[in-house]
Amino acid sequence: MSLLEIKHIKKSFGDLEVLKDISLKVDEGEVLAIIGPSGSGKSTLLRLATMLETADSGSIVYAGLPDAVTATKAQKQQIRKYFGLVFQNFNLFPHRSVIQNIMDAPVRIQKKDPEQARSEAMALLKKMGLEGKANEYPQQLSGGQQQRVSIARALALNPKILFFDEPTSALDPELTGEILKVIKNLAAEHMTMVIVTHEMNFARNVADHIIFMDKGVIAIEGTPEHVFNSDNARMKEFLGKLGD
Amino acid sequence: MDIGTITQKLLEGSVVSLEIFAVTLVGALILGLLLCFVRMSRFMILRIIAKIYISIMRGTPLMLQLFVVYFGPYYLFHIELSPSYKLIAVFIGFVLNYAAYFAEIYRSGIEGIPEGQYEAATILGYSKVQTFRYIIMPQVFKRIIPPVTNETITLIKDTSLAFTLAVAEMFTIAKQVAAADRTVTAFVIAGVIYYIFNLLVAGAFAKLEKKMSYYK
Ligand SMILES: Nc1ncnc2c1ncn2[C@@H]1O[C@H](COP(=O)(O)OP(=O)(O)OP(=O)(O)O)[C@@H](O)[C@H]1O
Ligand SMILES: [Mg+2]
Repeated sequence: MSLLEIKHIKKSFGDLEVLKDISLKVDEGEVLAIIGPSGSGKSTLLRLATMLETADSGSIVYAGLPDAVTATKAQKQQIRKYFGLVFQNFNLFPHRSVIQNIMDAPVRIQKKDPEQARSEAMALLKKMGLEGKANEYPQQLSGGQQQRVSIARALALNPKILFFDEPTSALDPELTGEILKVIKNLAAEHMTMVIVTHEMNFARNVADHIIFMDKGVIAIEGTPEHVFNSDNARMKEFLGKLGD
Repeated sequence: MDIGTITQKLLEGSVVSLEIFAVTLVGALILGLLLCFVRMSRFMILRIIAKIYISIMRGTPLMLQLFVVYFGPYYLFHIELSPSYKLIAVFIGFVLNYAAYFAEIYRSGIEGIPEGQYEAATILGYSKVQTFRYIIMPQVFKRIIPPVTNETITLIKDTSLAFTLAVAEMFTIAKQVAAADRTVTAFVIAGVIYYIFNLLVAGAFAKLEKKMSYYK
């Protein structure tokens, strides 16, 4: 079953056509990796899907919900419950402790019982290997730990799809492994995820489906095998550059 | 006059100074926030009006503004001025003036919060108002403590400008006493009192800043 269907979306910033007719589907339990050169429109695609920006045309439909492109304010609030987003630079709330970062939205937005929200948040922290950090503040943690907190914060709202925009690229190389492992574990639990990444080995090993974007279009897509062994010139050039 | 008598007179006047200080601080912190919202409004016309207001308030002497507030009703509407309006006029003039400074402090505080904070809150389902109230404002509050401290210290000294409307605050009294006494003793003592009050206020703000240092 498709949880998300994006059809023919376009997006320009002024004269710059950033996305030119993108369509894709995300199935339940699937891990979709989006790769491609800098400026190809990967982040813009995620920002449209998560409604941080609005597409110029096309449709973005989460299963059973109104089209996100034309949704009213109230409908957008409803659609937002469907997904979570993990940012490149975490965007944790610096004035709230780790546990408060995770449980505030469940309590304040979902009106969950605070004690229940707290125990769920603690369970998520444990899963992230951070049970000892509940009462620390984000700045006291390493980048990798902060990113794990931000993943826990997204998971606390039980999203059906979790988006990641380069979750490891703000981290020192030695810290990327711990985040990739967390995502791998989520994949093993059949969490539906859409991940923009520059980690090619990770995409190859974890993704079920890969989209290679180039200059605002999907240049090639399919299984990791198909995409990485493709004869597409731009893809080869892209992989070659990464190899340097 | 002996020092004890002078000090006592000045302390009586300092109660009025303190009133001006407290009313201005509270009033201007509130009005300043509202003004800041207008200054950052979606509507250009409102933004421009607020910008001009702030520019005038910061670009002309407070003393002159006090005269306008005090004499304005008479010259514009021929309303008789009762003596009790003097202190009210001082309150109004000070609040209107300091609100302009506080509005700019709030604005730079709000503009300093990274866009990612708004985006993270939006994705988590916070409404605009909730985002401002629970995510942005607490961080702004911490950021503006140092500039607000500076403004507040200036305010303590500025309360002496109320002498221009002959409101019986400490500096007005000090001038009267000095004239009668033919010495500068009253000025020296007044200076000491202003200074002590400033130390206390600066200390209180330093404490607040420390209390907020649980995060960076
Ligand atoms: N808000 C914006 N206003 C104007 N131009 C924008 C905006 N957001 C993105 N762009 C432009 O759109 C193009 C695509 O940007 P996008 O961030 O989607 O690329 P990306 O594939 O995520 O690149 P990277 O790998 O560097 O993150 C870039 O040329 C960028 O400068
Ligand atoms: Mg990007």
